[in-house]
Amino acid sequence: MSDINQNEIDELAKSVNATTAKPQKEVNPKSAKLMATISTVVTFCIMVVLSIAWLTPIFLIVMNSFKKKLAIREGKGMAFELLTKDSFTGWSNYVEGAEKVGMRSAIINSVLITVFAVICLVLLTSMAAWFITRVKTKYTTVIYFLFVFSMVVPFQMVMYTMSSIANMLHLNSVPGLIVLYVGFGAGMCVFMFSGFVKAIPFDVEEAAMIDGCTPLQTFFRIVLPMLKPTCITVAILETMWIWNDYLLPKLILPTEVKTIPIAIDACTGSHGVKNLGWLMAMLVIAIVPIIVFYLLCQKHIIKGVAAGAVKG
Amino acid sequence: MNTKSYRKYFPIFVLPTLLAFTLAFIAPFIMGLYLSFCKFKTVKDATWVGFTNYIKIFTAKDATFVDTLLRTTKFTILGVIIINVGAFLLAYFLTKKLPGTNVFRTIFFMPNLIGGIVLGYIWKEILDTFCQKFLGHVFGYSGANYGFWGLLIVMSWQLMGYMMIIYIAGIQNIPEDVLEAARIDGAKPIQILGKITLPLVMPSITICMFLSISNLFKLYDQNYALNGFSTKTNLVAMDIYDTFYNHSVDEFAEGTGQAKAVIFFLLVAVITFLQLRLTRSKEVEQ
Repeated sequence: MSDINQNEIDELAKSVNATTAKPQKEVNPKSAKLMATISTVVTFCIMVVLSIAWLTPIFLIVMNSFKKKLAIREGKGMAFELLTKDSFTGWSNYVEGAEKVGMRSAIINSVLITVFAVICLVLLTSMAAWFITRVKTKYTTVIYFLFVFSMVVPFQMVMYTMSSIANMLHLNSVPGLIVLYVGFGAGMCVFMFSGFVKAIPFDVEEAAMIDGCTPLQTFFRIVLPMLKPTCITVAILETMWIWNDYLLPKLILPTEVKTIPIAIDACTGSHGVKNLGWLMAMLVIAIVPIIVFYLLCQKHIIKGVAAGAVKG
Repeated sequence: MNTKSYRKYFPIFVLPTLLAFTLAFIAPFIMGLYLSFCKFKTVKDATWVGFTNYIKIFTAKDATFVDTLLRTTKFTILGVIIINVGAFLLAYFLTKKLPGTNVFRTIFFMPNLIGGIVLGYIWKEILDTFCQKFLGHVFGYSGANYGFWGLLIVMSWQLMGYMMIIYIAGIQNIPEDVLEAARIDGAKPIQILGKITLPLVMPSITICMFLSISNLFKLYDQNYALNGFSTKTNLVAMDIYDTFYNHSVDEFAEGTGQAKAVIFFLLVAVITFLQLRLTRSKEVEQ
């Protein structure tokens, strides 16, 4: 009887040791188990507190977006007070605010720009990256290094001249902005794609060539399917960048054409109307799509970030 | 078999990207270098003035560029330390067997998807209220008083989750048998952390340092939304924008703006280069 018990305890102690990483012989199994439980509970509690702290800003914004104008900042720190019947105003902030700053067209613009720019970027830069990785000449090497070099250059370096060129060539429109995104994002995309192309064995493509595939067929039928995981990574990283970008559209687009970040900026008073209720409501509208997108493709996003980081 | 026959396909595969790249990067970059030695109001009426712009940056009466650089450096150093230590600790505890790990990861990562402008305004309102309520400051959060620290809070809140994801990937890559061997040899958790985990996640540390430095040093959106233009809180990227577009009465405004941009670019390039060499040399081959 006692033998069996002893065995059981040993088993327990082993599994506990595996989690707490304590040397087996020094600790008494029972206290080790207790310690492990305590440390798990403490860690868990800390994580819960931190998570709540992490979510508080978003919670506050959502709550205040339903408050009447005066209830948000009258006296000291009203914005922290919970929503009450008196301060509740329903969806009016959303309706009025969206009307005032043109949120509807801003959302449409943001979606159009992001979707088309990301599709173009993924398609064009994967083609370019494959070509300059496979065809080694002086020129392709130089081009590759230019792409890599562009990753080091901060936007401010080309900010003024790029917007001047865009003006001269009449690129100050939504399609023009997409072209500029392709150009400015190309460096990182080409770098990531060619990293993965180098890892693909050449034999498969060679076989395709011997069977009479043109380079175009080889690329779209053989290479692109193999690059699919990289395409997802690149698409996610570029989406996060372009959707949230403020400065480039602000400089390029005419003032009446807004993207979401520009529309948000417009409700803060420096260029238009200052109404905190509207601002809060617009902030919520700006956050919701990206959170939904995140919850839908969370796996890909987290993987993409980790994979992108390894190569980037 | 070689790929010589591919060459005539260059226009299809590379040219579209190359054209856009030339338009958005190569041409503006070369023009930018040239214009930093010029006096100009538009790119067409530039006159060569040599190093005048560069000299003006440091010697003009109201020159704030050095202060801005120092502030940006201080901000970057503090931010990198807070973010990376925090992110590593989060990753370390979230890779232990803990209930609800995925939920925690999801929550911590979330701020990264929200754009800089939106983040900045969210926090501006919160810091405003907080300062009024608890610090009794009449004007609430005004950039000039707390701007630097407010920005640090926002960036930590945002970037910690991102770096955490990278550290988690790194920690999960450590082979289980190495850890097992250490445990059998009687290593304490703290020894395992210092002697095994840390050296083996060195590649992740390289990446995270690189990413956080470049994000913080080049910060614009959050700074703009949170603090607005102010010589007391401008980081370099904002100072350059400010010089270009908000001081156009000054005949040298555009020139000095461009010259500042060139200095900024050189600094970023040097930092990137040094950092990659420094941390790559510390990586451990598995």
